[in-house]
Amino acid sequence: MTVAVFFGCTFIAFGPAVALFVFTIARDPLRVIFLIAGAFFWLVSLLLSSLVWFITVQISNKNSATQQTGLLIFGVVLSVLLQEAFRYGYYRLLKKANEGLLALSQEDTMPISIRQLAYVSGLGFGFMSGAFSVVNILSDSLGPGTVGIHGDSQHYFISSAFMTLAIILLHMFWGVVFFESCERQRWWGLGAVVISHLVVSCVSFVNPHYQGSLIPTYIILSVMAAWAYLCAGGSLRNLKLCLTCKDKDFLLANHRPR
Amino acid sequence: MNTSDSEEDSYNERSALVQSESPTIPSYNQDHDMSLPQETDSKRVSGHEFSFLSCLDEPGPVERERASTPDGEEEELTLKYGAKHVIMLFIPVTLCMVVVVATIKSVSFYTEKSSQRLIYTPFEEDPNSVGQRLLNSFLNTIVMISVIVVMTIILVVLYKYRCYKFIHGWLILSSLMLLFWFSFMYLGEVFKTYNVAMDYPTLVMIIWNFGVVGMICIHWKGPLRLQQAYLIVISALMALIFIKYLPEWSAWVILGAISIYDLIAVLCPKGPLRMLVETAQERNEPIFPALIYSSAMVWMVGMADSSNPGSADERQRNEGGARAQEGVESEDDAAQGGRRRYSAEEDLEEDRGVKLGLGDFIFYSVLVGKAAATGGDWNTTLACFVAILIVSVSTIIYGSVMYRLTYTNRDVFLMFKVYYACRV
Repeated sequence: MTVAVFFGCTFIAFGPAVALFVFTIARDPLRVIFLIAGAFFWLVSLLLSSLVWFITVQISNKNSATQQTGLLIFGVVLSVLLQEAFRYGYYRLLKKANEGLLALSQEDTMPISIRQLAYVSGLGFGFMSGAFSVVNILSDSLGPGTVGIHGDSQHYFISSAFMTLAIILLHMFWGVVFFESCERQRWWGLGAVVISHLVVSCVSFVNPHYQGSLIPTYIILSVMAAWAYLCAGGSLRNLKLCLTCKDKDFLLANHRPR
Repeated sequence: MNTSDSEEDSYNERSALVQSESPTIPSYNQDHDMSLPQETDSKRVSGHEFSFLSCLDEPGPVERERASTPDGEEEELTLKYGAKHVIMLFIPVTLCMVVVVATIKSVSFYTEKSSQRLIYTPFEEDPNSVGQRLLNSFLNTIVMISVIVVMTIILVVLYKYRCYKFIHGWLILSSLMLLFWFSFMYLGEVFKTYNVAMDYPTLVMIIWNFGVVGMICIHWKGPLRLQQAYLIVISALMALIFIKYLPEWSAWVILGAISIYDLIAVLCPKGPLRMLVETAQERNEPIFPALIYSSAMVWMVGMADSSNPGSADERQRNEGGARAQEGVESEDDAAQGGRRRYSAEEDLEEDRGVKLGLGDFIFYSVLVGKAAATGGDWNTTLACFVAILIVSVSTIIYGSVMYRLTYTNRDVFLMFKVYYACRV
């Protein structure tokens, strides 16, 4: 039973992300490196925000529950803002690196486009964020134990897994939208990303009423998915062509001679 | 192909399998080309020396200036080439770390505090008094580092006076111990953890086969994947022994001190590692066969296919605890210089792969394993893992862009920061 829960939750949480990695990123070593760099940036942002939270907790009154809850909310908001700040920082770093590469290379094409970088960095953020959210929970789900023996919700593991899935995909979409907004100088786009991130994180405070947190998260996920699709150059027409296998450009590009 | 001056049979056999330092370019512009390898080689050695990490086979500065292709294309080629090699190194490093972390988390033997200690860390760490503990860990570090320094100097002296047989015997003895004794211990503990009943004849059969095939693969010929697998396994075993037998604080201080020592040993003109490489360069021969991880087979112009276990590593080993020191060999720059000129040779030059000393594997695995053993939760381990990958990537890329290889003392500081921040 525990092994089943472990595998089930792992696949729910990481399945789509790992599939994306295997099919789109694993082949190109440059993308893998940028993915890991993105993960590292997220990690640093988290370390910074946890440092701040730790210091504030140490100097606060440990006995007052309201103060601790307030500090937790403050910590979450700060963490979200820092994550987005680091995403912006990563964007600037990538722009500089790309410019440097372009200047050095006498060819016109860069080895990796800024859109691909947006996708890859978003996925990197997502991987790390998801891993940090859920890995301890997964490892506990293996061990001996009973869920909710003290009256807590029975659905802890599975809702954590679904939440993690949403977060990973959301980070990817946020990355795409964020970079596109930065490229087009559309600052309201940036604001929308930050606000939706804040909403998703703060809505988790209604847990253990998981329907209250998962449903808004998934709504935001679909909205961001559509937005990212449009940012990446997709449209309804493309979608129709792709699904009915009539997209001539794609077919030509992927035609393999026998 | 160049062989060493000494005509020992065993060495000739080995050198037949291992690429030499600077292969001659088989070409018509004989005199013109011969000047190039020496100059680039010495430039490589003096300018760049060792790295604790791998060295990419990127062209040295001299070749870049003379290259006929435009600079930008080379830069891009280098970057694509470099990225691929970084990934080729990620995979074994990740595998080694995964093995170590999986063992630490499941087999409790390696995290149990035992009263036994290595003789190289004689001072006991008293958990009660912080000052005493710190002092003892520093003393342990001093003992360990001095042991390493002494062993390195002995190795260099032996090499200088051409006592190759002794060195080979030493290497063979240490890999024997790893492949048989440590793997026997490891298997025993795994069986105990999972409560698997095993009889001695089967066990002897398993260990014997494992060990003999390992010796053959590592010291002689073998399929590349199998050799890589064995190198990963012995690095993991070594790292596990370190994790078990080094006391906690001593382990961290030793890791830090070793990076600093590496810096000194490689940079100082009288540093043992530097002397070793320079001697090898003078003699125009690879330093020691085997015991370096190589990610690809190397095709050389004019040579039939040979699997190259690598050309340079030195490993000093002691009973129960040692540290692998590595020298990184630059690839055949001469052949590369040849490639830039003669496109006809391009199709003969395949992907040359990249080499990484086994000490790096052990170092990283000890870091991550210690984080996993003492941290308790998985976030710390994950964070250390990502930090290690990033630091190796950035060092390699920095090195390849700046034509200079940097050292891993910054690895250790970053690791400490990440680790302690995670503990928070």
